[in-house]
Amino acid sequence: MAIDKGTVEQVAHLARIELGPGELEKLSRQLHDILGFIDKLSVLNIAMVEPASHILPISNVLREDEVRTCLTVDQALENAPSKNGNFFSVPKVIE
Amino acid sequence: MRYQTVIGLEVHLQLKTKTKAFCGCAIDFGKTPNSGVCPVCLGFPGTLPVYNKEALNSAIKVALAFSCQIQEHTKFDRKNYFYPDLPKNYQISQFDLPLSRHGYLDIFSDNKTKRIGITRVHLEEDAGKLIHESNASMVDFNRAGVPLLEIVSEPDLNSPQEAFDYLTSLKNIIEYLDVSDCDMEKGSLRCDANISLRPEGSKELGVKAELKNMNSFKGVKDALVFEVDRQAALLEAGQAMVQETRLWDAENGETVSMRNKEGAKDYRYFPDPDLTVFIIEQTMVSRIKSQLPELPHDKMRRFMRDYGLSEYDAKILVSSKKNAQFAEECIRKYPGKDKKNMANWLIGPMLSEANSRKVELHELNVNMEDLISLIGFVENQSISHLSAKLVLTQMIDSQKPAELIIRENNMLQISDTAELEQVISGVIRENEKSVTSFRAGKTNALMFLVGQVMKKSAGKANPKIVGELIKRRLTDA
Ligand SMILES: [Zn+2]
Repeated sequence: MAIDKGTVEQVAHLARIELGPGELEKLSRQLHDILGFIDKLSVLNIAMVEPASHILPISNVLREDEVRTCLTVDQALENAPSKNGNFFSVPKVIE
Repeated sequence: MRYQTVIGLEVHLQLKTKTKAFCGCAIDFGKTPNSGVCPVCLGFPGTLPVYNKEALNSAIKVALAFSCQIQEHTKFDRKNYFYPDLPKNYQISQFDLPLSRHGYLDIFSDNKTKRIGITRVHLEEDAGKLIHESNASMVDFNRAGVPLLEIVSEPDLNSPQEAFDYLTSLKNIIEYLDVSDCDMEKGSLRCDANISLRPEGSKELGVKAELKNMNSFKGVKDALVFEVDRQAALLEAGQAMVQETRLWDAENGETVSMRNKEGAKDYRYFPDPDLTVFIIEQTMVSRIKSQLPELPHDKMRRFMRDYGLSEYDAKILVSSKKNAQFAEECIRKYPGKDKKNMANWLIGPMLSEANSRKVELHELNVNMEDLISLIGFVENQSISHLSAKLVLTQMIDSQKPAELIIRENNMLQISDTAELEQVISGVIRENEKSVTSFRAGKTNALMFLVGQVMKKSAGKANPKIVGELIKRRLTDA
């Protein structure tokens, strides 16, 4: 898979990352190389391997529907960069 | 040109478990903002979500109630997007291996039963709540992580009314299962609608609009009605439709385009490495299936079989779980042989009282024994059906027992023939014309004469007896 500048721009936008001058070219090259490495896997014969969505061979990890103590409001808001009363406060998202 | 409307609905349902989907925070929406949160549902690094067993049970119940196939292998995925009500910047949802697929829901629309396909029922989590102030948005994460089900229908609905009936049916089934409050105004049930139009007979789907922001079933219907007209006008004018999301503005009764900033959505789903897969064994599915309560359709069939009700009547009685419970108790307690008598009272006078008061049958506060005693008065002809209906209204208004109301208002019917004969003699004397036409074979005249007797007796005469007495008098003589 080839990575072009457009793809990198799109990925950067989705991740909300702003790219500095020259970074677009540099990252396009690097991502292209990384995907090249990963492509080496395609030489393996995996016809007999079941697809996996998780690396651990465990399943059905569930918990009972039992209440545990929550944080206090003060604890919850302690690390918030900005708060207002009992709320987290963020830049306005709609006009 | 004539167009066919094509609608598919996406319903989000909050499950009423004690705790959230992936952590032990108690679910309680009345609470102080951000008092029901923990490091897991606040998305702190290093925390591990573990799914709620009860939520999985409830979800399987819902999937089974819609006859879905439970998938043996299911997993959680991350749906990535940025919005401040989402603390992790992704929502835990399901992408390619949902809990269940290929179900259906039968709706009763326009006097016909129609089967609507259910594409999938899958598990996910709710987001927090935002309150927008003049210069900032405030976030409350109490709702973040509440277990949600997404129920996606096939585009099988062909009118706003069918969409409304689908929601009503869906809600009814969920209420029977008792796994969610299903309250659209409170947000425990939310619905988005996809709608497009295509020329009648065409196989290809038209360009769709996704409608959001409806907060009642009626709102969904109204938004769809508006959208059918809007899209038809655009197509008629030969204008190109744009695929877009539109918000329902209930106040102005219109849908408004949400300016599309992002272009096509790209959620970059991938398996959530924090959560392991689920293997749903057939034994577990069978166990849950055996614990399902009687669902509306089965109850309707049983009402028809056991109480001799018509499909139409049975359907009305099972249309809400509480109504069905109330009705069944009334019918069981009713001592008469023909159970249909009680059913007729419930579907007739009781239901119209409920409708005019905008409450449900069971909310009328009618004591069952009292209702049975009222019906008894009608059956032994102590009062007419007409006055019984008036008594019922008073029973509900005053909460007095039927018998007391009948005595207080002196409503007992005159069935005493001697007393009736006197009134009848008067009526016959005063209405010679009608008497003659009755003798000439005009049966309408009899009705008129009975009416006159009823009038003179202030409605208290027993019309059946009056009719017989007049007939005998006029044919004997
Ligand atoms: Zn929590």
